[in-house]
Amino acid sequence: MGSIKDVFHRMGSPRFFYHGSSLWVRGLYIGGTLGLIIGSFWGLALAPPDKYQGDSFRIMYIHVPSAHLAEMVYFACAVAGFVYVVWRMKMADVFIAAAAPVGAILTLLSLASGILWGMPTWGTGWVWDMRTTSVLVLLFLFFGLIALRQAIPRLDRAAYSVAILALVGVVNIPIIKYSVEWFTTLHQPASITFTNEPTIETSMLWPLLFNTTGLYIFIAGVILAAMRVEVLKREQATEWVRDITRSMQR
Amino acid sequence: MRPIRRQRLAVVLFLLFGSALTIGVVLFALQENIDLFYEPQKIVGGEAPIAKRIRAGGMVEKGSLDFKPEGLGVSFVLSDLRGSRFEVRYEGLLPGLFREGQGVLVVGQLDASRVFYAKEVLAKHDENYMPPELVDMGAES
Repeated sequence: MGSIKDVFHRMGSPRFFYHGSSLWVRGLYIGGTLGLIIGSFWGLALAPPDKYQGDSFRIMYIHVPSAHLAEMVYFACAVAGFVYVVWRMKMADVFIAAAAPVGAILTLLSLASGILWGMPTWGTGWVWDMRTTSVLVLLFLFFGLIALRQAIPRLDRAAYSVAILALVGVVNIPIIKYSVEWFTTLHQPASITFTNEPTIETSMLWPLLFNTTGLYIFIAGVILAAMRVEVLKREQATEWVRDITRSMQR
Repeated sequence: MRPIRRQRLAVVLFLLFGSALTIGVVLFALQENIDLFYEPQKIVGGEAPIAKRIRAGGMVEKGSLDFKPEGLGVSFVLSDLRGSRFEVRYEGLLPGLFREGQGVLVVGQLDASRVFYAKEVLAKHDENYMPPELVDMGAES
């Protein structure tokens, strides 16, 4: 128990975080890119076309990972918001600041790929069903997290407000997930669930798993790198950051 | 946990619970309006309004697809596979995925005899993905 608490406390220290994370970023970038290259090549070139949708189903290999990651990044922001509100851990706020733009880009990617997928299959790019609408709300929540921080000059006030918004907005996540079951939608239900066998044939499933895992790892790297930048920005007046800038100028 | 943190925890849990409850009640109250389309049961049962622009959905019944000899006119039957079915008439291009046995969504108006005049037909593909050769080996069922 002591060691977990120890890690928690040390990760709360920006300086320790900055030095401890430098190798991680590179490793995550390499691992994530590898997964994405394998998954994308496999999915776009090697996997068989779908019986009914033909090649357009392959948009799934971009759409599903980005949509899933967008939700997960938001959920992580909410957890960080929780940690900030209860323990006032500064690094939790650094996480939200770094992750919100990443989440917004992922949500945009999932919406754009969804529109591209809908056009050849549904016959329309956009329909106001509960799934598409709740994902659009997710995009606005990410925009909200970014804008709210910009609107409040004092760092701790901004952090608190953003944390509360992240927490309240988390009710949208189960709505996104279950919208296709609770309501009638044009969007199809999930193919991969905890309770049932996947309804994707195995040869088409593997590349999806590679791309999803790859994107998880890659996004972890992106957020970590953004957090390091955020830490440097916030701690720029401290001696240890000045040491770094001095050593870089030399 | 220190008292101040316990207090913050209580506030956060209250906030989460409260907002979830609020959204839950709103969704429950609006369920009718949040549903994207009327299912065949509601069309047949008279719950869907007549002569008003609505959306309806269902499975294209096998053997019901009937192209008019001239032009783009087409008619088919949408069913829920549980006994509720209604006829749809449409003039225009069908989406690429349209076929018998496929779930589709139609936008248009219902007339008094419960025939649906569609202005737009969208294909609702399902969550099953399989390579072409596998389908003939029993996935059709």
